[in-house]
Order: sequence, then structure tokens, then C-alpha cells
Amino acid sequence: MVTAPLTLLARIVDPPLRLWQRWTGLNGMAAFFLLPNMAIFGVFVLIPLALNFVYSTTAGTNILLRDRSYVGAEQYARLLDCANYLEPLTCREDQFWTAASNTLVFVIFQVSLMIAVSLITALILNREIRGRSFFRAVFFFPVLLSPVVVGLIWKWILQRQGLLNLMMVNLGLEPEVWLNDRFYSFVATIGVSTWAHMGFYTLILLAGLQAIPKDLYEAAEMDATPPTRVFRRITLPLLGPNLAVVLVLALIRGVQIFDEVFVLTGGGPGTSTLYLTQYIYEVGFASLLRNPGLAAAASIVMGAVLVVLTLAQLSLSRRSERAGER
Amino acid sequence: MSNMTIRQFVGQRRGHGGRWHWTDIATWIWLIGGTILMFGPALWLVMSSFKSPAQLAEFPPTLLPYAQETVMVEGYDDPLPLYTARLEDGTTAELAEIRRIGTNSQMVDPADPGTRIDVNIADRTPIRSIGFATGNYVEPLVANDFPRFLWNSVFVTVMATLITLLTNSMAAFALSKYRFRGRDAVMLLIVATLMVPLSVILVPLYSVVNFTGLLNSLWGVILPTVATPTGVFLLRQYMLTIPDELLEAARMDHASEWQIYWRIVLPLAAPALAVLAIFSVVWRWNDFLWPLIVLSRRELYTLQVGLNSYAGELNVQWHYILAMTVVTMIPVVLVFVFLQRFITTGIAGAGIK
Repeated sequence: MVTAPLTLLARIVDPPLRLWQRWTGLNGMAAFFLLPNMAIFGVFVLIPLALNFVYSTTAGTNILLRDRSYVGAEQYARLLDCANYLEPLTCREDQFWTAASNTLVFVIFQVSLMIAVSLITALILNREIRGRSFFRAVFFFPVLLSPVVVGLIWKWILQRQGLLNLMMVNLGLEPEVWLNDRFYSFVATIGVSTWAHMGFYTLILLAGLQAIPKDLYEAAEMDATPPTRVFRRITLPLLGPNLAVVLVLALIRGVQIFDEVFVLTGGGPGTSTLYLTQYIYEVGFASLLRNPGLAAAASIVMGAVLVVLTLAQLSLSRRSERAGER
Repeated sequence: MSNMTIRQFVGQRRGHGGRWHWTDIATWIWLIGGTILMFGPALWLVMSSFKSPAQLAEFPPTLLPYAQETVMVEGYDDPLPLYTARLEDGTTAELAEIRRIGTNSQMVDPADPGTRIDVNIADRTPIRSIGFATGNYVEPLVANDFPRFLWNSVFVTVMATLITLLTNSMAAFALSKYRFRGRDAVMLLIVATLMVPLSVILVPLYSVVNFTGLLNSLWGVILPTVATPTGVFLLRQYMLTIPDELLEAARMDHASEWQIYWRIVLPLAAPALAVLAIFSVVWRWNDFLWPLIVLSRRELYTLQVGLNSYAGELNVQWHYILAMTVVTMIPVVLVFVFLQRFITTGIAGAGIK
């Protein structure tokens, strides 16, 4: 029923394509099949990728390239001009450095928490427990939720009359306005993003655990190997490639964190939860004095970090593959 | 404490039954606690979405939604709210409130609509029972721009997924079943751009979309997202497993290349296409940053952007926002309930998200 118009369409395009095939041969057909995807890909990924460098060397508030003036490396100079790199407020572009240092601290804590929680969950789900597939699904549920929904769910829980304060009162503690506090907001962004994504990493680690041959454990059992050593000598090394993937994916995603934080805290209070992507968004689009050139330069700096992380992943996974062969 | 059970805990499965060990208890605490933590927040949101605005402002909040009971009283057009009131003589009675004047409430006994009774508002408490404020759902659906947002989201999701499936599968077919010069280069290019996230090319992408005249159009949201490297990669890996002999046999029978793609390869790749379709639906339904940038006209907002704009208003109407958030969650919850298995195997196999 649904496919009827599609089938008709497929039949209509067949005769002209036969002509094209007779005329150009298999190479021409390969080009035809590649064309739609590569055209969209070229226009919306490759060209912007190249244009990014052009934008980062121009100044002005207008997005049209012909209305922008070439300024060379001035945007980068502005971005990197700092009296003391450890003190964001002494920098010319203090927001960028605040966002960068916030992102760094965020990534360190969030990725550690993420790996700890998803590793424990994967180890537990790897046991022979009743209802294992049910629990695997449970931890995956928040992964499917949209970041906006995630942000709103937690904003509703953390608000003044929210669920968390209800629990605080029931425990005899003072209620708080959590998202008005710089420290609590920061912690909330870490906790909420871990909550939302841990199921994804748990799955990758669980797949790795299930790929470890069972006879290794049986052999260790026969030798009465202490359990901590079994974990250190068998589980961890054989889980290595998956752990490396999880580490780098979590780092890459952590550096780009935006949606759920933007809805939850909006970067505030103050700039306590302002992260890099939001900085780029605000400088490039949202603020009144928008500066697309500066935003492009900042996104190239962020992109460079991501490329380094990805290359690290490639070399890590290659090394662990080689270790596996040995 | 025996070594066996710890080993089973840290390394592998519990192989035998027997008595409960502390690791079993820890496991179940983790699993049950995890279940509450994973589902609880969403459930709390769903329950809250059925509360009236007055009830949402209460602290401490109740777990379940309550509604004040009302009663029809002879001589009044609208149902009147019911209260338990303490009267001057010390007795209590169930009375209906006609109106409130200052700290005084004019009440009436539903059984005796003729006589009015004045009660101080401190001496009356509302009679409530579990009830659902369905107006939170109905009102935005008929009045606000919510139906518009919903339609925009559905349109973007369906269109983007259809185009993704078609273009990605065509490209994957070429990359898996043809030998041509530069094939490896194309593949490398596609895999390399897996590293280029949207947040890195926001400014130039905006400029390209602006240049092509797609700004403030749903197609400006759809097109930049459809050439997913993940999709091409996933489908190519799957199509590589389809034996070339099938294609050769079809060519013997004078099938055109397009027919081979459409009638042989696509049906055989259906499992991979299904996985990509599920992923694409979830991705596009949940997209936020890019629609936020491209769409500045309110009637074009998708659900996610619309929700964000409601939540950013000066006077936040939580009762509507909560209900609309629940509606936004529905498709994803359906995917979770019915198709979760496909996604989890997809992730475990290819590590995509």
C-alpha cells in the first residue's frame, strides 16, 4: 500500500536510467548512485568545512562573505590574547577562556563518572541475572530522550518546588534553589549528562565483556586465581579496545556538550556552566554584537582538539588490536 | 567470603544458584536503584503534567495529581468547588463555595441552596480526590502554536528519514558493488567526516544555507542532516555481505543496474535499512541546535525549539510545558518499547549513535 507510489516511481525512472547505463557503462552508473549523497555531502559538509577557515580570517557582523573584510589572523590573536592563561578574566576574550576552562573541568569529571558508572553497570549486566534484557533496556531509556526533554525533566526536578526539594524536606534538610547556585548547577550538568548518555556506553562495554571467551575464566578458576587478578589480567586487558572507544567517544561528546545544558541552566548562573559550543553559538548567532569570524575561529580551535582526540583513538585502538594479536 | 563469587562479580556470570552473597545484594540494589533513577524522573514529569497550575505551585508537591471536587448546585450555572468548613457552632460541614470576598467565603449547602453561609477562608479546606487536569493537554492542542510545532517536527523527521534512506543506500550500493577509480578515496572522505560534528561548522553551514535560500525553511533543517556518514558506512558494511553472484545472475537476465539496486539489493538490505530508519527518526526528532539556528520564524519551529522557547518565556507556564514535553516524548517512548532491541544490537555491533 505505502510502497505502491514508490514502486511506480522506481518503474518510471528505469527507462531513462537504462539509456544512461548503455551510454556511460558501469562507471556512469556508479557516479549516478553516488551523486545525490555526495552532492548533499559536498554542499553541507565539505564546503562549510573549507569556508570555516575563510570566515575565521574575516571580520564584521554580516554573514555574507562579500560584506566581510579580510583581517588575517586577528580573530585568532584576539581569542588567544591572554595576560595569564590560568586566569580567564585576564584574557581579552574572557568568555572564551571561561568556556574553555569550564569545558575542561566538566569533561574531566563527567568522563570519569561516565566510565565508572557504565563500567559497573556493564559488569552487573554481564552476570547471569533474571530479567537481564529488561535491565539493559532500562539503562538505555534516557539515551533515546531528546536533550531538550532531558533538560526540562531535570529543570522540573531541581526547581524550587521540585522533587529533589521534596526529598530534602522529607529527610529534614533545608530545600535549595539548586539551579541558582553556581556549584550545584555545575554538578547538575555533569550528573544530568551522565544520566542521559551512560546507557550508550554501557552497551559498548557490555558487548566487549560478552566477547571475552568464557574458557579464560574457567582456566583461571581452575588455577584458583584471586578474583582481583582475574579482573586485572583478563577482564581489563580484553576490554581494553572497548574502553578506549568509550573513553574517546565520551571525551569527544563531552567537549561538544550543549543541548541539555542550554535548556537546563542556559549557561548560568553567571557563566558557571558556559561551555564551548554555547560560546560559539552565542558569539556567532545569539548575541547582539555577533561576530561570525570569532565564532569560526573558536570552532576551529575546538575542532583541532576533536581531531587530536580522534587520532588518539585511532592509534589507541590500533595498538590494542596489535596487543590482541600477540 | 569465597573467591568464586567475587570472581563472578568482577569478571563473569554467576554460574550456579545457592545462597545469596553480598555481591548479589549489591547487584540488585544497583539494578533497582538504577531502574528508579532512569524511569523515575520521566514518570514524575508525566504525573506532574496532569496537575493543575495551582497544584504545580504547591510545596511540598504531592506525588499524584489531585483535583478539587465540585458539585452542581441548583440555581448556579457552573459547578461549585467543595470545601470542608468549620462553622461558628464548632461543627463541620461539606459546603460549596459561591464566591470569595476578601478573607470571607460565601458558601452554600448543596442540599439547601437557599441559605448562604459566611465562612472565614482560614476555616475551610478543599475536598480533593485524584483527578487529571487534562486541560493541560487539550488547551495547547487546540489553541497555541503547538499543533504547528508538532506538524513541523513530523514533517522534518519523515522527510529527512526518507531522503537519508534513499541517498545513503544508493551511495552505499555504489561503494560496495562497483569497482571504480577513487572509490577508496570517497570512502575515506566519508569516514573522515565522521569527525566533523555540527558544532564545528555552525557559522559556514549557516552561510551556505543562507546562500541557498533555505534559511527559515524546514528544508534548511532537513538537507544538511541527510548525508549521514554513519548511514552510508552502516549500509555499505551490510551490502558487502550480499553475494555478487546474485547481481551477476540478474545481469544475465538483462536487469538494469537500477533494477538490481531496487529489486535485489534494497530488499536484501532491509534489516540494515530498518536500523538506519530507527536511528534517523530518533536523531531528527531530537535535533535541537541546528533547527534553533536556522528557524527564527515561530511558525516554523520544531517541537524541540518550541519547547525551549516556552521554557524561556518570562512567565513560564509549566502546566503546558510539562504536557507538551510528554507529547514530545511519545514517539521516542514508542521506539523504546517496540524497537529498542534493534537499536541496542546496532550500537553493540557498530558503535554508532
